[in-house]
Amino acid sequence: MNKTIRFKLNGQSKSLTVDRKRMLLWVLRTDFNLTGAKYGCGEGFCGACTVLVNNEAVRSCQFPVEDIDGKEVTTIEGLTKNGNLHPLQEAFVKHDALQCGFCTPGMILNAYSLLLKTPSPTRKDIIDGMEDNLCRCGAHTRIIQAVQAAAEKMKGGTRQ
Amino acid sequence: MKKRNPHDMDFYDFGPAFPLSRREFLKLMGGGIVILFTVGDPFLLEAQRQRLPDDFNAFLRIGEDGRVSCFTGKIEMGQGVITSLAMMLADELEVPLDSVDMVMGDTDLCPYDMGTWGSMTTRFFGPPLRAAAAEARAVLIELAAEQLQTSPSELRVEAGVVYHTSQKQKKVTYAQLTQGKKIARRLGKEAILEKPTDFTIVGTPVLRRDAVDKVTGKAKYAGDYREPGMLYARILRPPAHGAKRISVDTSGAKKIKGTQVIEDGDLIAVLHEDPELADEALKQIKANFEKPKGGTDDKTIFDHLLKVAPEGEVVSQEGDLTKGEEISQTVVEKTYLDGYVSHASIETHTALAKVEGDKATILASTQSPFGIKQGATSVLGFPDKNIRVITPFVGGGFGGKASGQQAMEAARLAKLSGKPVMVVWTRAEEFFFDTFRPAAVVKIKAGINGSSQIALWDYSVYFAGERGSQHFYDIPHHRTKSHGGGWRGTPGSHPFGTGPWRAPANNTNTFARESHVDALAAAAGIDPLEFRLKNLKDKRMIRVLQTAAEKFGWTAAKIPSGRGCGISLGIDSGTYVAHIAEVEVDKKTGRVEVKRVVCAQDMGLSINPEGAKIQMEGCITMGLGYALKEDVHFKDGEIFDLNFDTYEIPRFSWLPRIETFLIEDRNAAPQGGGEPAVICMGGVISNAIFDATGARMLQLPMTPERILKSLSEK
Ligand code: FES
Ligand code: FES
Repeated sequence: MNKTIRFKLNGQSKSLTVDRKRMLLWVLRTDFNLTGAKYGCGEGFCGACTVLVNNEAVRSCQFPVEDIDGKEVTTIEGLTKNGNLHPLQEAFVKHDALQCGFCTPGMILNAYSLLLKTPSPTRKDIIDGMEDNLCRCGAHTRIIQAVQAAAEKMKGGTRQ
Repeated sequence: MKKRNPHDMDFYDFGPAFPLSRREFLKLMGGGIVILFTVGDPFLLEAQRQRLPDDFNAFLRIGEDGRVSCFTGKIEMGQGVITSLAMMLADELEVPLDSVDMVMGDTDLCPYDMGTWGSMTTRFFGPPLRAAAAEARAVLIELAAEQLQTSPSELRVEAGVVYHTSQKQKKVTYAQLTQGKKIARRLGKEAILEKPTDFTIVGTPVLRRDAVDKVTGKAKYAGDYREPGMLYARILRPPAHGAKRISVDTSGAKKIKGTQVIEDGDLIAVLHEDPELADEALKQIKANFEKPKGGTDDKTIFDHLLKVAPEGEVVSQEGDLTKGEEISQTVVEKTYLDGYVSHASIETHTALAKVEGDKATILASTQSPFGIKQGATSVLGFPDKNIRVITPFVGGGFGGKASGQQAMEAARLAKLSGKPVMVVWTRAEEFFFDTFRPAAVVKIKAGINGSSQIALWDYSVYFAGERGSQHFYDIPHHRTKSHGGGWRGTPGSHPFGTGPWRAPANNTNTFARESHVDALAAAAGIDPLEFRLKNLKDKRMIRVLQTAAEKFGWTAAKIPSGRGCGISLGIDSGTYVAHIAEVEVDKKTGRVEVKRVVCAQDMGLSINPEGAKIQMEGCITMGLGYALKEDVHFKDGEIFDLNFDTYEIPRFSWLPRIETFLIEDRNAAPQGGGEPAVICMGGVISNAIFDATGARMLQLPMTPERILKSLSEK
């Protein structure tokens, strides 16, 4: 079952021939050498592999690559535009919202998708929206602060 | 100065590297000033009473471009030493923080180090590092004095520029001074360190230096490296610890195109350039195992441990226990239990190994690069000097990445296959091979006299280890015994590997001690804050406790008061902590909500106060897990928790309001900060639950079922 799929990856048009069931995470990490999406559990429980498909956070370890056909994929590497950090990335740096950093790309992309849906989130909205992304280092308190700060900053739609 | 993004990766690229000797390394370093140490340096003896290579090692180098490289065998796993060590160095050398590059965990480039654990980085690596920097500064000032034709005493340094104190136009930069020179200096004993009051960088809050790389996906962890021709490995695993392989048929795996099957004694693995196909190939292997029977499980383990426990060793003792009992008016005796806990770093154990001839390069997620080097020497049979271990960023360790099993597997497979091999443990392998925090038992018999003073303290810990077992209260008759040695246990004690876990032993010991002190306060019928203050003489402890109580707004009450407030104190790695928590217990469901945790910490001089607070928050958040939920379920060597669905770790919704306070002491030596605040979490929540409900929790984790049970037994 050879099938060629076309999609946008971090703004660039790409095509890929798939001959079997493959998960997006491994395609990104091997075929495209985009290693920002991490393997943490492989079963959808941790969120370290989170990327955006049409601006929606998905768990790439559970996401068949065929399903990105005709869609737009954004990884953490694609969030920085012209060398400028996205407000969420900036807020994570400024609020020290990370320790080992292994969960961080997933946290940021999940928050990105959350803020698209809920641009002015309450603390509770953030907690609910981030609940299924795990962090073992315990950076949670500052992640909430960072998401709150980024939401403030992004109001007025300076950048998506 | 060469322009370089200060946030650039601080690690060298894993190029076509092969091992080089440390002597070659000096040659490679090019011009500049290198400060070395050799065996026998008093700084070092103090720092690491460990085997050291007998050739030179470098601490730091000031290059011709004025950039400073710091070489350390320590690794960065989230605890922030990549920032705090650079701060110490920059301060002592008087250079901008941005001009310091950290080279960490590379066994060819960095001085021997036993491993990154025990909150020792700042405490023990810090002093020699500062001394090396002070030495380098002295050398540079001497060179500047020659060049500027003046005496060193007339010169001062600011931001890497040496200038004359009265004629400011007379100046020269470190970069200019090092040009065309190649100076290697041995670390002298006489280096004069800066006074803490002169620190301009140390002690001021600084953001993490690795943050930008980590938010952009640029930061590389072991699994993110690629080598031409690299294959991903999947390894056949037994279904239970102690299971024996009866038969194996790998023919199915071989049918998958591009699969290389390796069968070498105990090691059966499939290799493929595509990780998913390697996974598929592994599924095609048919193997039969004989599972062990009649072992322990997570309920029977405590009786088993008490049964096999060897005679205890006395950790500390004073007075006479019989006398203590005589003068006690009330004696309280209890047994506390603590289950196995997983490290559960989000990054699983990972290693990439490359073998060329009799040389090997191993890139690993590890807390012990030199340990891996040593292990690989015997596993591969290559000479020590031909093995290089490189440690990139590590995605969490907490003691779990002290063992290098995955690196040995990658090294063996690379040698056998002739290809670079990447081993990334699956989450299930991670849970299976994790060296868990050991299950443990603590028995305490303690008494109070008529004036609510603790008169007797007879404490025995089984299998947790002795760290944190000693109390710090003022008790005339006491004895502390530790059975079963450290966290690795004795043969036949634990059904699988155990090891250090963030503040090893101390979580269990502090839970037991502080629960029991609370029980004594309840027996005495007085407020637990007042009771503790009555029984403390240690000034530092009194100060942290009073700080926490004041920040919390503690009001005195007999317990249980129904408010749900608890206190716990502890000492770890030279650092004092006091926690006060407020909880709400749903008596119908047994669910606990931790609403607020206040933590005061005295860690002496805090190098990076912001970094220290992050660690405290991390400890408090992580500690909620072992206090309330985390427990490894097993039977007969089989582990039932193999992913985060059943093994729950703290999540956003668990978060209490966390308030952290550092008690500053600029003139005191810096103490450990990555672990102390985790030790009180069991005790503080347990005591708050008692205050809320009157139920004394004797076992961690305090799950809803256990809480309901003790409520019904009340
Ligand atoms: S790796 Fe995909 S959710 Fe954990
Ligand atoms: S920062 Fe380490 S897992 Fe989140």
